[in-house]
Amino acid sequence: MIEIKNLHKSYKMGSNSLHVLKGINFSVEEGELVAIMGSSGSGKSTLLNILGMLDELDEGSYTLDGVPIKNLNETKAAQYRNKFLGFIFQSFNLINYKNAMENVALPLYYQKVGRKERQEKALRYLEQVGLKEWATHLPSELSGGQKQRVAIARAMAAEPKVLLADEPTGALDSKTSYEVMDLIQKINDAGNTILVVTHEPDIADMCKRIVHLKDGVIVEDKKVEQVRASQYV
Amino acid sequence: MFDIERWQEIFDTISKNKLRTFLTGLSVASGIFILVILLGFGQGMQNGIAQEFEGDAATSIWVWTQTTQKEYKGLNPGRQIQFRNEDYTTIVDKMDLNIDGKSKFYRPRGITATYGNDVLFYQVLGTTPEVQFIENEYIVSGRFLNNADEEQVRKVAIISAKIKREAFKNVENPVGEIIRISNIPFTIVGIYKERGNDQEEDRIFIPIKTAQMVFNGADKLDNLSFTLPAAENFDAAVAESVAFKSEVETFLKQKHSIAPDDQGGVGIYSPMEEAKRYYSLITNIKLFFWFVGVCTIIAGVVGVSNIMLIVVKERTKEIGIRKALGAKPWSIIGMILHESIFVTAISGFTGLILSMGLLEIIGPNIEVDYIVNPSVNFNIALATVFLLVIAGAIAGFFPAWRAATIHTIDALRDD
Repeated sequence: MIEIKNLHKSYKMGSNSLHVLKGINFSVEEGELVAIMGSSGSGKSTLLNILGMLDELDEGSYTLDGVPIKNLNETKAAQYRNKFLGFIFQSFNLINYKNAMENVALPLYYQKVGRKERQEKALRYLEQVGLKEWATHLPSELSGGQKQRVAIARAMAAEPKVLLADEPTGALDSKTSYEVMDLIQKINDAGNTILVVTHEPDIADMCKRIVHLKDGVIVEDKKVEQVRASQYV
Repeated sequence: MFDIERWQEIFDTISKNKLRTFLTGLSVASGIFILVILLGFGQGMQNGIAQEFEGDAATSIWVWTQTTQKEYKGLNPGRQIQFRNEDYTTIVDKMDLNIDGKSKFYRPRGITATYGNDVLFYQVLGTTPEVQFIENEYIVSGRFLNNADEEQVRKVAIISAKIKREAFKNVENPVGEIIRISNIPFTIVGIYKERGNDQEEDRIFIPIKTAQMVFNGADKLDNLSFTLPAAENFDAAVAESVAFKSEVETFLKQKHSIAPDDQGGVGIYSPMEEAKRYYSLITNIKLFFWFVGVCTIIAGVVGVSNIMLIVVKERTKEIGIRKALGAKPWSIIGMILHESIFVTAISGFTGLILSMGLLEIIGPNIEVDYIVNPSVNFNIALATVFLLVIAGAIAGFFPAWRAATIHTIDALRDD
């Protein structure tokens, strides 16, 4: 599903250049649930941004579902994001003047899905994350965990090939974190490919594979026995 | 433009950001409102001036006698000039001038007009029948002076509606009544009224020949008046008035031995020239109103631009989210411009309708000198609305473009 070869990325900070990713080789199969771990500054968020086409790579190659991702202009990148990727952010990134259902329906608007169908689909995904009754509530009326579940429903609504989650539990307490991870595990059980960036070992343990990043290189890449989040809920 | 989904998305955004929308709309609507009201009053002033000059036949020239102010050919200054019948006939018949209407006046001195025991404190003026066309008078009862009165030296008089109102309160129809002028009986044969105002209705007219013969006038004249044929346009009329004026003035000054540069001696006046002065004043006032109006519009544009800038800044994160979800840059720019054009257009038209409605309602009821029926050219008003909408769109485009093209990741980080 994802194939990365010899990926380099550096940022210019004034006259200095900061080499963040120093040759990453990495691939993800369909249906995997991968945790990308590392301390802050290890390059894990940069890697996720490149995977999410939010940032461009300097060197190397990136293939997503057989499509080479390079030299994309904003329009093309937007199309690919809409078609291939679903995002889950640490800070949820819901649009605050739209209610839960409208937020979930938004990626479908950009897929040119009709209004009625959009709303039906959005309600179906909200039901999947257990928030159907909250459909007409604004984000400000939802708790952190609920917001993240709306965000997950939104990421799912576009039916993407890969879900990218950047510290999805970073702003949540541990109980809510486990609920969210339980949801992510269930989505993965249904066959979806998910990448989770985290620095919390217990969250990483709930994935099926852990990739350890340190100073811009992969130091460890291992399959693990998945810890089910449901036992903590 | 006709994408119903886009419209729904915009209505959603507008209805959920009411204050922002209201402020944008207010600055646009008030700009248009002020401009239209200003333009309306500019037009109202022009209408008012035009009406003030409607009274006397527009291309008329008035000539009267004065005392000289300069010594000339051995004659002392302070000499009273007296026109003669000959002056009038020379101007009318001998000079090659293009005259439409003409009239002469003789004002008998030292006379008193009475009706019964009442003294009539009005001016008695000998004149010719043509005066009614020159001064835009019309008959409300009886008839005006005619040529037979003149030829037969009849003792008849014409009074004004104002005199009837003031001095003949108890008489139902003064026509046929006898008034006495220095104890000589004159029969009233008609009542006239003047278009425009009644300030000039203080005169009793009698035939000029009667006036000259009965009151020792010999062939003396006091005033001459002429009208010129209608010219093609205003400027031509002014030019003709000026040319006519100077010819008549030169002739009369020569005839009566008045220094060519003497301010006195002969008085001559053309309302046309006066009108021109007022019209150029009005042009300046209108220019000023335009200037103020355009400044208001510019202030409106700046206001709209500012709001658009803030709107886009405020929405940077939202734009980032939309882009992460697959919005293309142009769909973001389109959305922002669509919203801004919609809001400015609606509020622009609201301001237009309100201000035009106000002019429509209060316009005809305004009763102030020099302001008549303020109104505005609808096309001009419409054009300013479009100008404002386009300016708002251009002002919104650049921040929208910037926001749509910055990296999604940077937009998402914006708080």
